[in-house]
Amino acid sequence: MSLRSPLGRVLGLGTAKDGTSHWWGQRVSGVALAILGLWFAWSLATMAGFAHDDAIAFISQPLHAVLLLLLCVTMAYHSYLGVQVVIEDYVHSHGLKLAALVLSRFTHIFFAVVGVFSILRIGIGA
Amino acid sequence: MTNNDRPLSPHLSIYRWPVTMATSILHRATGIAMAAGFILFVFWLADSAAGPDAYAVFTGAAGSIFGKILLVGWSWAFFYHLANGIRHLVWDTGRGLGKEEATRSAWFVIVLSVVLTAGFWLVAS
Repeated sequence: MSLRSPLGRVLGLGTAKDGTSHWWGQRVSGVALAILGLWFAWSLATMAGFAHDDAIAFISQPLHAVLLLLLCVTMAYHSYLGVQVVIEDYVHSHGLKLAALVLSRFTHIFFAVVGVFSILRIGIGA
Repeated sequence: MTNNDRPLSPHLSIYRWPVTMATSILHRATGIAMAAGFILFVFWLADSAAGPDAYAVFTGAAGSIFGKILLVGWSWAFFYHLANGIRHLVWDTGRGLGKEEATRSAWFVIVLSVVLTAGFWLVAS
């Protein structure tokens, strides 16, 4: 038995049925970021110095490069999910909301790709 | 039936902020701050890859007074969002949702975030 009203059924409105995966994605990426973020914070605090050579020496280590890649991609994903909820909460006009969501997705993907490319360029050596 | 005695929802201007309300708003605010911090992180990587000249521009901006204030802010945002995020994960298991418990964990998270931020800058300097 469906509990939906006839009008609701005709309009096809209701849950998009992807809320659960959004919720899980946010939690699991959050747990990953707790680990990766603490590693990165510790690395920053104990880095030899902040000259260009120090940054290159740090990023070009294979383990560091892999962890930085994971951090960059996971951060972009977690940030996108969070910003999406904020936009959905506060932007009420349908067109503006859609535009903001698309812009946010493009921005996150763009910076994630720039980050990944930069790490690979340093790690593999251009 | 008269309903005149029922409690009214509190008016915003006379509403005493529970600390749990502040922690909730701060979680969102620090999240947004770190969405911007993500772009800073990518700038650090990209300027490192681009070479010493681009990197000098980055460290010059980050080392200015304004840059330092922002960096301290971002580090606190990170530790706050981390600590309060773990608080949210505990809530997700159904634990710690009572009023008194939530108030206690709110203060704990606030104090912890300040302590971790101070510890971070102590180790860094």
